[in-house]
Amino acid sequence: MDSISTQIFQQIINGLSLGSIYALIALGYTMVYGIIKLINFAHGDVMMVGAYSGWFAVTVLHLPFLPALLFSMISCALLGVLIERIAYKPLRNASRIAALITAIGVSLFLEYGGMIVVTAQVRTYPPVFPDTRYILGGVYFKYGDIVMLLTAVVLMALLHFTVQYTKVGKAMRAVSYDKDAALLMGINTNNIISFTFAIGSALAAAAGVLMGVYFNTIDPLMGIIPGLKAFVAAVLGGIGIIPGPMVGGLMLGLVESVVSGLGASTWRDAVAFLILILVLIIKPSGLFGKNVREKV
Amino acid sequence: MPLLKTENLSKSFGGLKAVSNLDIEINQGELIGLIGPNGAGKTTVFNLLTGVYEKTEGTMTFMDKNVSGLKPYQVTLRGMARTFQNIRLFSDLSVIDNVKVAYHQRTSYSTFSALFRLPSFYSGEAEMQRKAMELLKIFNLDDKAEETAKNLPYGEQRRLEIARALATDPQLLLLDEPAAGMNPQETHDLMNLIRWIREKFKLTILLIEHDMSLVMGVCERIYVLDYGMIIAQGAPDEIKSNPKVIEAYLGEEVV
Amino acid sequence: MRNWFNRKNIVALLGIVLLYAVVQGLIVFDIMPPFYKLTLILICIYIILSTSLNLINGITGQFSIGHAGFMAVGAYVSAMVTAIMHGPLLLGIFIGAVVAALGGLLVGLPTLRLKGDYLAIATLGFGEIVRIVFLNMEFVGGAAGFTLPSKITWTWAFLLMVFSVVIIKNFVGSTHGRACISIRENEIAAESMGVNTTKYKVMAFTIGAFFAGLAGAIYANYMYIIQPGTFSFLKSFDILVMVVLGGLGSITGGIVGAVVYTLISALLAGIPEWRLVITAVFLVVLMIFRPTGIMGTKEFTLGFLGKKGDKNATSKN
Repeated sequence: MDSISTQIFQQIINGLSLGSIYALIALGYTMVYGIIKLINFAHGDVMMVGAYSGWFAVTVLHLPFLPALLFSMISCALLGVLIERIAYKPLRNASRIAALITAIGVSLFLEYGGMIVVTAQVRTYPPVFPDTRYILGGVYFKYGDIVMLLTAVVLMALLHFTVQYTKVGKAMRAVSYDKDAALLMGINTNNIISFTFAIGSALAAAAGVLMGVYFNTIDPLMGIIPGLKAFVAAVLGGIGIIPGPMVGGLMLGLVESVVSGLGASTWRDAVAFLILILVLIIKPSGLFGKNVREKV
Repeated sequence: MPLLKTENLSKSFGGLKAVSNLDIEINQGELIGLIGPNGAGKTTVFNLLTGVYEKTEGTMTFMDKNVSGLKPYQVTLRGMARTFQNIRLFSDLSVIDNVKVAYHQRTSYSTFSALFRLPSFYSGEAEMQRKAMELLKIFNLDDKAEETAKNLPYGEQRRLEIARALATDPQLLLLDEPAAGMNPQETHDLMNLIRWIREKFKLTILLIEHDMSLVMGVCERIYVLDYGMIIAQGAPDEIKSNPKVIEAYLGEEVV
Repeated sequence: MRNWFNRKNIVALLGIVLLYAVVQGLIVFDIMPPFYKLTLILICIYIILSTSLNLINGITGQFSIGHAGFMAVGAYVSAMVTAIMHGPLLLGIFIGAVVAALGGLLVGLPTLRLKGDYLAIATLGFGEIVRIVFLNMEFVGGAAGFTLPSKITWTWAFLLMVFSVVIIKNFVGSTHGRACISIRENEIAAESMGVNTTKYKVMAFTIGAFFAGLAGAIYANYMYIIQPGTFSFLKSFDILVMVVLGGLGSITGGIVGAVVYTLISALLAGIPEWRLVITAVFLVVLMIFRPTGIMGTKEFTLGFLGKKGDKNATSKN
């Protein structure tokens, strides 16, 4: 294979790994948005907490990768439920902007509270995976890349299964469609909303651990930009539907690695936001979303 | 020449034909009723006429000019005003400000003169205040001019909506179920009001209504819509005895 | 002219002059510590920012969270005029504001068709794009920032703030302002009453951007240095928080919000590590117990002075 197409393939591999992280974060956004119509700005910061819990599990508790991942996911699921119960639940009938400001408040709290707890110092993630590389036709596959992609795909498949085929999943869909009707049908909407936050936050935690592994370093403000970009991914795919953010995340990852590959990495974020604005203008409901019109 | 004429007007939402091949003609000064069972497409007709929805097919001519493809505010400028089935007042604004918004398009002063408070701003505002109060007086709302619109009782909200529509200075007024939720006494008063404003403002009125006594009492001519199609038209008495209408809609209520 | 000098306006004018004179006196006689002066000028800047964002979010009901982007445009463009081209200060400020307004027009035209959260995200994205553009402009210092002399005095900052508030208040209190409010209240009804909703949304957005640019220009010409990082979306959030804190849709509320928030930030400046944590908790608690902000949509008025002489103004004054 010639070097240009090798490079293209290399960028695709990089893009898919990064994109699978975005997709995991974006899933949490879209689930929460789907169920209570809130842009949960604190979601990226939950991911940060997940990265730190994973780091704690590996360096202090000396757990291997999978148990550390589980540990981080469970602690963040609890954190997500806690945030929902304390900050968002009292505002369920308030205006959208009040809820959004609250989300911003929670986000700032996690970022700067985090700074007090773990200090602003950048921590190095321990090498969880062997540094093995597989070469296929001149393209490098890092061991970590493969694990990341696999983890992301397995988690997404699990989520899809939960939402489509279980009783809880059915209840979630009912609540997101019509909260009051679901309540009248005997669904405990409060529990379902908490459950949604738990799952979304657990996925964010997984993304956080993968992010730490991928970039080697973590810090209390690491959640801001990936959080925003995951939201871009969610909008790109169509917010409120499960497959949307997966495709959106992977696409965003690909675009970013292509832009970086072209040597314009300082413009990477700008391109992501430009795509976001264009998608919003051309097809506001996202690539896979349905248009909803107001009844006059 | 009719004031409003539609030919073959149709609207589909996806595969569903909400309105099909609508041909109506309204002459200057007429008071026309548009009736039909729930979901017959009456409000969709209003939304098509006022530019809220884009037509799928057909033509609309208003005052000898083609009005299809215009935006709602442009339709209003041409002289067609409407009210809404589910009241759409500017609820946090005062009663008089609701009316003033409708006068907006005929305001005499510029943005510049508003920003720098030039004399034309003050005279323009004074003129608007005077006209709005006059109009509110007609609708018996002048003593509530400074009240917040959402605090008015239901019947008065309906009246304010009509007043607001009139402030745009229309030729044709479209009323979407003006008597919905009113008691018989209020409905009776509304009938008189509608008759009266028609004379006073030299209006042509097209009225959607469920309340049969209102439609039969005030309208000179009635169109009956069912499944998006006109199934009958004529004077109230003809409509009452039209077997197609009875079958589709009126049923035993009238027989 | 006679209309201008009613009792309310005269009292307001006296209050403004008095406030200015007291602060100016403290500065001239060197009693005012520099940190207080900085805080006062920042308050002026944030009042302009919150009032202009209030025009977009509170009055017109559009959800913009990209205000820092327009602020950045005003700051950098005015810095280029005053520091690189050595143009006069006021010209620089004016050009900064005009270019920001053009930016508002350019962004507003396509994006204002979007509703609610989608518009919010689009404006946020725009703000970030602006920041990254300046980050990549080497001739204005890139990430390290751009240094320029501090030329703005308290007098100019205060005058420009009063000018901005009066102009925005005049806009809101006119038929054009009512058209904007009608969009917030019910867009479909507004359109049906003959309001060209697209035009007024874009107009509010452009005027808002103009004043955000103006505020940015004052900021740049006071602070000695501007950096792209200053104008990140966190700055947009700060401005949004001020508006919501004071009361969305209330011009005086927005001013109160700007003053309170800037003072809180200044008070907590001594404990930087706790500042944002305390702010965050305060925000969440405020939203839970008083989601409409301090003033709601109500205005603080001088109504107790009687209605004499103000009959010509709008009923809401």
